[in-house]
Amino acid sequence: MSTEQHPYIFLAVFLAVAVVFPLIPIALAWLWAQTFSPAKPGPDKNSTYECGLVSRGEVWIRFRPEYYLYAILFLVFDVETIFLLPFAVAFLKLPVGACVAMMGFLLLLLEGLLWAWQKGVLHWK
Amino acid sequence: MTWLNQLDPTWQFLLFSALKVGVAVVALLTLVAYTVILERRLAACIQDRIGPNRVGPLGLLQPLADGVKSFLKEDFVPGHVRKIYFWLAPALIMIPALLTLAVIPFGSRLGSQPLVIADLNVGILYTFGIVSLGVYGIVLAGYAANSKYPFLGGIRSTAQMISYEIAMGLAVIPVFMLAGDLNLSRIIDYQSHGLFSWLAFKLPVSFVLFGITAFAETNRTPFDMPEAENELAGGYNVEYGSMKFAMFFMAEYANMIAVSAMIVTLFLGGWTLPWFGLDRPAANLWVGLLQVGIFLGKVAAWVSFMIWTRWMLPRFRYDQLMKLGWERLIPVALANIVGIAVWLWMKS
Repeated sequence: MSTEQHPYIFLAVFLAVAVVFPLIPIALAWLWAQTFSPAKPGPDKNSTYECGLVSRGEVWIRFRPEYYLYAILFLVFDVETIFLLPFAVAFLKLPVGACVAMMGFLLLLLEGLLWAWQKGVLHWK
Repeated sequence: MTWLNQLDPTWQFLLFSALKVGVAVVALLTLVAYTVILERRLAACIQDRIGPNRVGPLGLLQPLADGVKSFLKEDFVPGHVRKIYFWLAPALIMIPALLTLAVIPFGSRLGSQPLVIADLNVGILYTFGIVSLGVYGIVLAGYAANSKYPFLGGIRSTAQMISYEIAMGLAVIPVFMLAGDLNLSRIIDYQSHGLFSWLAFKLPVSFVLFGITAFAETNRTPFDMPEAENELAGGYNVEYGSMKFAMFFMAEYANMIAVSAMIVTLFLGGWTLPWFGLDRPAANLWVGLLQVGIFLGKVAAWVSFMIWTRWMLPRFRYDQLMKLGWERLIPVALANIVGIAVWLWMKS
């Protein structure tokens, strides 16, 4: 058994460690607080923190729809990056046709970006 | 080292596995603690102050004092939060930073064991997958706090991180075109033929793009919109206190270290130095340790650069930030890919 053959076993162990690791200090601090410094809530302490001012109106304020547009554009380009990775790795062994096809794919996405740009979606008003 | 080499391979594997996880976690914690001190001392120097120098010699025990303090603080949960998510967010935010380190080769080898926790052949894909998870902790913290500032901080952060993630992904593609492999150990091998085989010199555009997006992905100035202390008073973590706040704080520094380790691995030659034969896998234990030291030194240099930048530059406005991400970095990254492709094609 070696790490070269089973890197994923090792990764699983590391994932478990990574999950447990941040939980330990939080749990310890909680236990400490339970025993030695129990919470003393009060109306001011429990209220929303806004630099000392009384919070006005709804917490769930409306936010700009642009955030959604960025999220949608992100999906397109993130998928693109995933497609580009295998192409990049195999690049030096690829025949010319494959490279030209991939450049076509890049151009299509560039066209998408330019379209969004021209529509003003990328511009934060 | 002979007794180690005489051990049963299974035992050797198990021993080194436990050792590597333990050392990686402890080293990361120590590095985080001293990055915080470094940041505070450097900031003090830049602003002509003294900085923390009272706890221990030169203030070196300050992280310990901070840790104890955050541990002993009242574990306060405000009345208006969503309890489960409020507890979950600080735990979740540390995980990606730790997991990213799993595929980074932090030295050549000790004995016959390679110094990488998991030598994945899809190394960089895994890293990008994990880096994307980083946004969840921040979004969850913003949602859980049920309060305006964290909510705004969380939503800004999401838009920023996903925007710059694309530029980051596109910036590294030329690296794989040259190296022809996704495995990070192979990429270091590729850079071990002299100083100018480092990808920072071969692909300067990619290096600069990746460097900029690294700042954005770790929410460091000039891209610290999620925190924006003079508008949002700290942003997504404003309702947190005691150990839970400390987790956010540590996660920021752990992320900085993780992204610096990535830059060092991808562009600055990893554990190699082009002199004294240090670019070949270590022949004995001491050279192996020295190469770990070289790696840590490079990471420390990049971390110092990130800190220095923070105290030198003002923050972007949000529209400038989005403009830089979408209208500058992404087109440049695409042009870079096409340019490198054409160049490689002409050459072969």
